[in-house]
Amino acid sequence: MTVQDLEKIFLQKIENEIKIEPRDWMPDAYRKTNIRQISQHAHSEIVGMLPEGNWITRAPTLKRKAILLAKVQDEAGHGLYLYSATETLGITREETINDLHSGRAKYSSIFNYPTLTWADIGAIGWLVDGAAIMNQVMLTRTSYGPYARAMVRICKEESFHQRQGFEILLVLSRGSKEQKEMCQDAINRWWWPALMMFGPHDKESTHSDQSMKWKIKRKSNDELRQNFVDMIAEQIKVLGMKLPDEHLQWNEEKKHYDFGEINWEEFWNVVKGNGPCNKQRLDARRKAWEEGEWVREAAATYAEKRNKRQAAA
Amino acid sequence: MNIQIKKYFYGDIPDDKSGGNIISKETKNDWPLWEIFIRSKQGLDHKHVGSLHAADAQMAIENARDVYTRRMEGVSIWVVQSKYIHATAPEEAGELFEPAEDKIYRHPTFYKLPDEVNQM
Repeated sequence: MTVQDLEKIFLQKIENEIKIEPRDWMPDAYRKTNIRQISQHAHSEIVGMLPEGNWITRAPTLKRKAILLAKVQDEAGHGLYLYSATETLGITREETINDLHSGRAKYSSIFNYPTLTWADIGAIGWLVDGAAIMNQVMLTRTSYGPYARAMVRICKEESFHQRQGFEILLVLSRGSKEQKEMCQDAINRWWWPALMMFGPHDKESTHSDQSMKWKIKRKSNDELRQNFVDMIAEQIKVLGMKLPDEHLQWNEEKKHYDFGEINWEEFWNVVKGNGPCNKQRLDARRKAWEEGEWVREAAATYAEKRNKRQAAA
Repeated sequence: MNIQIKKYFYGDIPDDKSGGNIISKETKNDWPLWEIFIRSKQGLDHKHVGSLHAADAQMAIENARDVYTRRMEGVSIWVVQSKYIHATAPEEAGELFEPAEDKIYRHPTFYKLPDEVNQM
């Protein structure tokens, strides 16, 4: 069978909504695109634990602390599901992690912003996880089987994240003058970076087009971003807060909200490593990896010893 | 059907036959991959839920508990090192599974019965 024949079978499967599984033939570029996208997604979950971890010891109540711990633990689990999905494409866990640590692989730029107040934890849950969910719900129908399955699992767990975030802000929005200000301030700082999470405009995105043809992605960046704006613009009314965009306005003709232009210079700057926390985040990941070396070694040695003992018995 | 291009590896392909042009570098501290199966409640089968790396079976079970049963998803866990799972190849699928397609008389709906006895 020639490569052309194999490619035809592959495209037919995509066309007929049949998932691609690890051992099926697939074009190199499809494999590479998936490795890049799924591993970036995994890195985002792992790096995403850092800004929130910042507040575990400072959560205002024991209840909030327990919730935040559970949420951060979920993110670790999500990272694992996604790393496992990446591995099915023929790259090892270690290679994937090395790519993160060397700076070759990217993760979502949103996590390069600092969490300055407790309200930021609310804003992250509501806006950042909210934006992530828009993407992830779409990805439950992605064409690569292991990725789609990981997404189903993640989406089930993620809705608690968004709800707890909104609830944090809701409590603040009904609190003292200072608490209200804190709530508004967090929304002001996270709104634009959250919009940037959907990536460049469709006309500029380098990966979107082919990814749509292969049904890795099913909605374009701009389409998802619009859905997100429409959702948040309504939800914020419940909080009695404002989104920091003077151009935000309901467009009766389009049945969508119009909104202002994103600061793309800031976006590309953060992607390229010049965000407020890029260096801090990567340093933290590298440190965790290096300082965990003895644990990995000890576990491997212990397992080996136990195997020998069992073999001897 | 003979497929020449193989460049994947998953748990079910022996190390020496992983083939292709993607070479995985294994270091001494790479923990093996384990497939995880969870029984969601008594009376149901264990079902495959995913995979993880662990140094040994004990650790695989402990990690599976933390990763896959945080919301009461399970009452029992099986772990199997991925390399011990054998599987059919995608290119054999036709030969293996297509013969069942034209044997519709194996399904109860094939038989048209009078209404009086159609609950059979």
